[in-house]
Amino acid sequence: MSAVTTAPRTKGARRNRRRTAPLTSTQLVYVVLGLIVVVSALLTLTKDRNFFSQGNLWTIFTAMTVLGFIAIGQTLVILAGSLDLSVPYVASLTTLVAGGIMAGSDANVIRGVLTALAVAALIGLASGLIVTLLDVHGFIATLGVGLIISGYLASNYQGSTGQAAEDLKFFGVTGLGVMPYVAIFMFVAAGLVWAALRWTRWGHHLYAVGGNRAVARMSGVRTAYPVITAHVLCAVFAALAGLTLLSRTGIGSPTIGSQGRYDLFSIAAVVLGGTLLAGGKGSIVGTIGGVAIFAVLDNVMGVMGINPFLKDFVRGLIIVLAVAVYARRSIVRRPARFGHASALGSVLKEDA
Amino acid sequence: MDAAVVLVARGMTKSFLGNTVLADVDVVLRPSEVHGLVGENGAGKSTLMKLLAGVYQPDSGTIELDGREVGFGHPVQAQRAGVSTVFQEFNLLPERTIAENVYLGREPRRLGLVDTGAMNRDTAELLAGLGITHLKPGTLVRQLSVAEQQVVEIAKAVSFDAKVIQMDEPTASLADHEVELLYSIIERLTGRGVAILYVSHRLKEVFDLCQTITILKDGRQVSSGPASELTEASLVRQMVGRPLTSYFPDKVPGTEVGEVRLSLQGAGNPYVDGVDLTVRAGEIVGLAGLQGSGRTELVEAVFGVHPFDRGSMTLDGKTVTVRSPRQGVRRRLALVTEDRKAKGLALNQSILDNALGVVRAVLPSRAGAARRELPGVLSSLEVSARGLDQEVQFLSGGNQQKVVLARWLSIEPRVVLMDEPTRGIDVGAKHAVYELMRQLAADGVAVLMVSSELPEVIGMSDRILVMRDGVLAGELPAGATEEQVLALATGAATEDGAA
Repeated sequence: MSAVTTAPRTKGARRNRRRTAPLTSTQLVYVVLGLIVVVSALLTLTKDRNFFSQGNLWTIFTAMTVLGFIAIGQTLVILAGSLDLSVPYVASLTTLVAGGIMAGSDANVIRGVLTALAVAALIGLASGLIVTLLDVHGFIATLGVGLIISGYLASNYQGSTGQAAEDLKFFGVTGLGVMPYVAIFMFVAAGLVWAALRWTRWGHHLYAVGGNRAVARMSGVRTAYPVITAHVLCAVFAALAGLTLLSRTGIGSPTIGSQGRYDLFSIAAVVLGGTLLAGGKGSIVGTIGGVAIFAVLDNVMGVMGINPFLKDFVRGLIIVLAVAVYARRSIVRRPARFGHASALGSVLKEDA
Repeated sequence: MDAAVVLVARGMTKSFLGNTVLADVDVVLRPSEVHGLVGENGAGKSTLMKLLAGVYQPDSGTIELDGREVGFGHPVQAQRAGVSTVFQEFNLLPERTIAENVYLGREPRRLGLVDTGAMNRDTAELLAGLGITHLKPGTLVRQLSVAEQQVVEIAKAVSFDAKVIQMDEPTASLADHEVELLYSIIERLTGRGVAILYVSHRLKEVFDLCQTITILKDGRQVSSGPASELTEASLVRQMVGRPLTSYFPDKVPGTEVGEVRLSLQGAGNPYVDGVDLTVRAGEIVGLAGLQGSGRTELVEAVFGVHPFDRGSMTLDGKTVTVRSPRQGVRRRLALVTEDRKAKGLALNQSILDNALGVVRAVLPSRAGAARRELPGVLSSLEVSARGLDQEVQFLSGGNQQKVVLARWLSIEPRVVLMDEPTRGIDVGAKHAVYELMRQLAADGVAVLMVSSELPEVIGMSDRILVMRDGVLAGELPAGATEEQVLALATGAATEDGAA
């Protein structure tokens, strides 16, 4: 105690402590990913297999692609303070629209892809307009839009129909080294979105609107524009995911999206990646980390032959633990002045 | 009209739902002048500022800027024209950097992309122009103190080449040494010819800073003229029609200091350390100190928000541990928090639900009695509201604070902890809070009050405890001077000051 009174703390000292602050959320995501990779590699070894073999890495990158596309879009709408629950239905619709137009013919690839993307963009535009002009929260707006699409799919398609062009199927299964072309495309798209968030006014305004719409408005930002464009892009990314699925299965399916549970898994991946569910804070880099965590987990659980129910159990556990850690980190902002509470103590401490 | 005039507003009138909140008010702002705008809450100060800022549009009246009549349909229009406003509630994004906040909505671009480098350089230049060199443009606003966030707001205002900067209660949440910084910034701004419209409840500041003072009461202009023609007493009289002598009420006759209600021995947690103190029944103890000295943390620790992890605490002679606010309430502790909007009230709920929130949650057996007593409590606090079912967000700051007080009175507290109980409320409501503190003392309650306003600490306290860097720096008797308190708070005279 006397030590404190004789050595008054300067502002500089406090600042230094801030600088040695713990990892950012994004860094933490990759630390967790690294740990999971190490553990997975060891577990894989026990089965006399190599985690880092070309085949296994290919499998992981393949698994990342569809969820990756959807999660990129989901990151945008969540950053803007909205949410998109219609992504699985958009993806299903895309497989049917594109598969229907292609009908197995290489001549129709471009037309099929563009039409599917345009349809998705229109759906995203509708969601965006509902969210901004009618002031309906994204959760409800896209739940409604998702149900509408789901109803349309159920009443118009009795089962799988349409057929992917051979070119598209071939594109889906080829790649460079350990990475399928589609995965490379997904990473490039993630990079572009990352750059746009960082270097364009649109990106800055997206963060601003998601962080605090009133503040953004008072600063002269057109608050509707970033939200609408985020919804359009999200739907387009869902369509890219749908096209990826089409390239793998070869046929259009009205239920492939909802079977993948991409709505909830994409939100989980985004949040796992350190993005604030309330909006205004987060990054694409983190989201890709979240997607990778899911892919690696699935991979190692597949290798270990774990039953599907236990898989969901593990996924759920990871989501809850991760978000609990983030929540605690954002609460404890004030540095302790006296003593250092043990890590265990701070975890066990009753919440304020 | 004289040449040296930058902004003239004439006949400003505004009503909401047929309720006139501002009627025929004139303001003339001159370059390099600090113009004080005073009045009780609800007098129309905020409305006037918002009219000039383009947040609201006047029903009638004209605004002339540099001799040209202007109309602002949006705050950004006003800013571009040269009228910037630093609102009491900051318009900042905590998760974005200083530079991103300053240039939000008009980020500098090169080749179509946001030029972060230029943005950071310009921000550093703006800050340097205000005499601030220790803030980095890339720092997240979340990591800044309240005073530093205010500097960012001012830098943002200046970045529009402002001719007029309005400041709404800029010192409301600043400690005294931070106020000095604000003063120096204002000096630099007026030195460049900027006119400042300065709204404050702290009359001393108004007299320190302002050359001209406009007084509003009930939406009307009482007077507008040189500060030199006013005294604090005449100013208060014009504002409220009540003389200054009754500012701090006397003790209620028959108030007796009784047994020890609350005592701490060597109590500490991560934020405060080695705290020894006692508060007796019937006593009002002031807790002074600079912002960040641990005052809030101390009362929060007593209440169980961040429980003590060492030392001991007794209530009415019994050793207790309070591990959560719920346990605190059970022990009949009350904490009036410093931020009533975030921690004191559920803004979109009714007065009734807010006033009974604590008692219903923690002491349900008392809820019925509290409900019956409530109308009496509210009327004794002089809460002016449409009815018990009115949502508290529509009340003025003073009335909101009274609802907070009613909420805590409902548990029949033995110890009342108050953190900045009069922050951001008008003179009349302040007076009601002071009267209530005196009455609590007369009823044998122990009151521990944290306050950044030294006159308040000195005027109300039976004893004054001063904190510095998380420990008690010393104790002063009633009647101590502001200088003595400051000396302890800053450590300027540690040798003879530490009791």
